[in-house]
Amino acid sequence: MSEIQGIYVLWLRDVKKFFRIKSRFLGSLGMPVFFLIFLSIGFRRVIIPSLPEGISYGDFVVPGIIAMVLLFSGTFSGVSVVWDRQFGFLREIIVSPVSRAAIAVGRTLGGATTALLQALILLILSFLIGFRVPISAIPALILSMYLIAMAFTGLGILFSVFMHDVHGFQIVINFFVFPIFLISGTIFPISELPESVAIISMFNPLTYGVDAMRFVIFGFSEIDPLLDFAVLLASTIVILITAGFFFSRTEVE
Amino acid sequence: MKPVVVQELSKRFRDLLAVDSVSFEVDEGEIFGLLGPNGAGKTTTIKILVTLLKPTSGKAFVAGNDVVKKPGAVRKSIGVVFQDTTLELEFTARENLDFHARLYGMGREERRRRIEEVLSLVELSENADQLVKNFSGGMKRRLEIARGLLHFPKVLFLDEPTLGLDARTRRRIWKYLEEFRGETTIMLTTHYIEEAERLCERVAIMRNGKIIAEDSPEALVRRLEGERVVVKAKNPEKLMAAIRELSIFERNGRLEIFVESAEHFIPKLFEIARNEGVSIEEVSVKRASLEDIYVKLTGGET
Repeated sequence: MSEIQGIYVLWLRDVKKFFRIKSRFLGSLGMPVFFLIFLSIGFRRVIIPSLPEGISYGDFVVPGIIAMVLLFSGTFSGVSVVWDRQFGFLREIIVSPVSRAAIAVGRTLGGATTALLQALILLILSFLIGFRVPISAIPALILSMYLIAMAFTGLGILFSVFMHDVHGFQIVINFFVFPIFLISGTIFPISELPESVAIISMFNPLTYGVDAMRFVIFGFSEIDPLLDFAVLLASTIVILITAGFFFSRTEVE
Repeated sequence: MKPVVVQELSKRFRDLLAVDSVSFEVDEGEIFGLLGPNGAGKTTTIKILVTLLKPTSGKAFVAGNDVVKKPGAVRKSIGVVFQDTTLELEFTARENLDFHARLYGMGREERRRRIEEVLSLVELSENADQLVKNFSGGMKRRLEIARGLLHFPKVLFLDEPTLGLDARTRRRIWKYLEEFRGETTIMLTTHYIEEAERLCERVAIMRNGKIIAEDSPEALVRRLEGERVVVKAKNPEKLMAAIRELSIFERNGRLEIFVESAEHFIPKLFEIARNEGVSIEEVSVKRASLEDIYVKLTGGET
């Protein structure tokens, strides 16, 4: 019981902070909004052979940019455990009766929720440039978005275990988050990639996440949608267990 | 079993033995102080007791539970105030307390009542809904003490509770801690002698990872039989070299010598000074205090 209350209160903290620090989430929306606008303007006349009739590049790229928000915000909020460690707040949590596993779960759910909220804001903004989602698709869309968010928040927490200060942020962003973003079919179909690169993208959970989102929205997918959800769910679970395991073993000094 | 029992506890960090076979016990309801210079191993000892670090060897029990085998049970029964602030700065004082109360599984009604109670205890009721990031250092520390007591811990651990605070705020925090005396067992670390002398029923003095003395402040002072002679001289180094007494220190430009009897020592002092050609400017005799025993035992490091 107290474990569930612990998870809840950690989740609540992230959500409260999200609504309190408006500059942070407005700032983090800047880049995806520009990507969204300028990619769809710049490539509006480009014809990509692997895209079916009726799906323009502008439509194609919206789920990709939403996935980008989930990836970046999720990883960020996971890695922000490092801040908690540096500013001491982690100790307050660690010496409480709530178990480390529950702490990892609470942080993941909280981080994933704030990432989801940011992505939903972007989705609403995309309606302004003419993007449309069938209403019946919304529950499955939100589910796939939340799974993506959880996977990358969990991964961020896993990174935070091995990072000792905030300087590691830059490494995570440049050498991890960006490659994952670029080789996942977010801004171009993976069928356009040379085979050697396409194989790498098959080991990227985001590839399946974006593909699942596109299937839910357009009915178009490059991978079997069942496989999409299976891989997405499995990788989320594996990441959460791994993150929980390593997080439980860290000594907080 | 006593609320805190420590048996031959050691902690090694690579080649540094931070805590070296330390044993002590804290009685129910007392304020127990670990006094010592920086790097003596006080904080490491506390961190082991609150389950943040695992000991290399030895045993420690808090509220009857082994800190290694039953960390969960230990965590339930303790409150901790760390040296550096561990508050959520983006939250108000009340939100910080509410967060804490929920972490400790307190119910809604109990939570509400107890939060008001601890807020008024540390005189922060009026600031309850202000963001903590706008608090002064003293207010933050008071809030952390309130938070440490919120869930009725059996033992409250305070690591340097008044470090970096001004004299007025420090006295205020002492006043709160004295109010809880007897209700909760309190264990604190400090390198302020006056803090230990004022608050603690018993004090253990640590140096280089070892406890070198342990008793009530009065008994420790009594143990240092004799008096302290304070001398201001023109050439203190020369005088210091010539005096054979074992306990001699230089502090604030004066020599301090611990002697059994000042009456007998002072004539000898002048004789030595004349032989060495050192002129003495001032001599005073002081009754020994906890500070003296501390200086004597730790060599004057702070």
